[in-house]
Amino acid sequence: MKALGLLGRVYLAALFVFIFAPIAASVVFSFNSDRFPTLPLGSFTTDWYARAFSRPEVWEAIGNSLAVAAVTAVLATFIGFATAYTDFRYGFRFKQAYLALALLPPTLPLVILGLAMLAWLSRIGLSGTLSGIVIAHVVLASPFAMAICRLRLSQMDPALEAAAWNLGSSPWGAMRHVILPFCAPALVSALCLTAAVSFDEFIVAWFVSGLNRTVPVMILEILQGNVDPQINAIGTVVFLTSMSLVIAAQFLIFRRRSNG
Amino acid sequence: MTLLRRPDPYPLLWRLPLLLWQGAFFVIPLLFMAAMSFWLVRNYRMEPAFVFDNWARMLGRGAFWDAYWITLWRAALAGVIATLVAFPASLVLAFRLSEPARRFALLCLVVPFFTSFLVRAYAWQVILAESGPVNAALGGIGLGPYSMLNSGFGAMVGYLTLVLPLVVIFQTWSLAAIDKSLIEAAGNLGAAPARVLWSVILPAARTGLVLGALFAFIMTFGDFVSPFYLGGSKPPTLTILIIDTTKSGQQWPRAAVVALTMIATLFAVATAALKAAYGRRG
Repeated sequence: MKALGLLGRVYLAALFVFIFAPIAASVVFSFNSDRFPTLPLGSFTTDWYARAFSRPEVWEAIGNSLAVAAVTAVLATFIGFATAYTDFRYGFRFKQAYLALALLPPTLPLVILGLAMLAWLSRIGLSGTLSGIVIAHVVLASPFAMAICRLRLSQMDPALEAAAWNLGSSPWGAMRHVILPFCAPALVSALCLTAAVSFDEFIVAWFVSGLNRTVPVMILEILQGNVDPQINAIGTVVFLTSMSLVIAAQFLIFRRRSNG
Repeated sequence: MTLLRRPDPYPLLWRLPLLLWQGAFFVIPLLFMAAMSFWLVRNYRMEPAFVFDNWARMLGRGAFWDAYWITLWRAALAGVIATLVAFPASLVLAFRLSEPARRFALLCLVVPFFTSFLVRAYAWQVILAESGPVNAALGGIGLGPYSMLNSGFGAMVGYLTLVLPLVVIFQTWSLAAIDKSLIEAAGNLGAAPARVLWSVILPAARTGLVLGALFAFIMTFGDFVSPFYLGGSKPPTLTILIIDTTKSGQQWPRAAVVALTMIATLFAVATAALKAAYGRRG
């Protein structure tokens, strides 16, 4: 173990550079004048931003993405919380299967989910609509909400709820005055994370979206045609949005954990 | 009294949202896809049927098996490479960093998971291009230029970008849980560092190592961005095959055959890996 001194830290730093290089590069290239960036870099410009955000279809896609992410976040957080509470409070037959159903969706390759969704949603007349994208994103995002809420509930003394019941509170009253306030930070955190999941998802959205494109689907379609540094500008804005959501989510979990 | 007890709606109401949503929009779509693989396509329209045409046609095609083996091989390779590349870093994270530093590093590693992999792949396209920054830097010391894109190498860069954060998290989590006194005891008893690593640390961290490799395998197996945008889709992987089959010619039933063989493969690999991760030591 002694051999893991300075050399180990350098190795760790190199690994982090590899993981974060594409993120950093995308931000740098978005302000760089060259169409095909290389070393040395060209001059500083905000031209790509100006061009990307002067296109009406970009704003339309942003509107679609925000709407889908907002509705997805609310639905996924509700389902995730209900599932986490069920797991925390009750034991029942087939609970293993119930939990498998709750946690499995993100492990299924997105291309497969996209195909299954496309086939099923066309069958029920919802393919090509924003509702179709929301439906698929809730399937993908609710396990994350479930995990966050379950983590928070596991920090609660299970006797608290029983105490409220004994003191004459109805189950709904105990839910409202004991459980929900305790879970509030986890709920906000789950809203942020599930919104981020939806905001970045493009494969299932691409399969089912039709003409109602979200931002990542638009990036995908631009990438299939002429490569253009506008992608870096749009990508940087997407990064900043998702990262703020993820960092806000983590901040909420951690702040409350230290004084909870 | 208890004979006619009315079922309490309260627990049921909390149980139902998941069952209804994931039932209607996860389980049923997958079952429908399985049924669809036996349907017929006539004049670009699907017709319910129960025939094995799609299965026979896809599984009897050499191109399908080429795609199958390249996908399986790359996923296995990415699992092994990611495990080996991540392990030294995880050792440092688990044993050499203070608790706050470790926690901060792990938080950073969660961030890429929620950022667009598509934009990251595009950034690699630019970075690794023949006239890009990496080749410019290598040219500065008299090397290259190397053609790194549209190859197995390019795809692997993409796969590793995708899976390394999660593999490091799994490994660090299981390494940090090892009782430090075990390691000290082994050292005090005269075991060389290599022996401590082999006989104490590796067996104790088995679960995280295997789960990390498993998730690397699953994510690589199902990834379409790396092989398409960085690997040049030659040879096509199963994911590319599904997209081509779906998007051109409405051959959804045949795409469903590919998807179902993928699910069967993932299930077999995951079962074996979970047994290796949690099973009794052989």
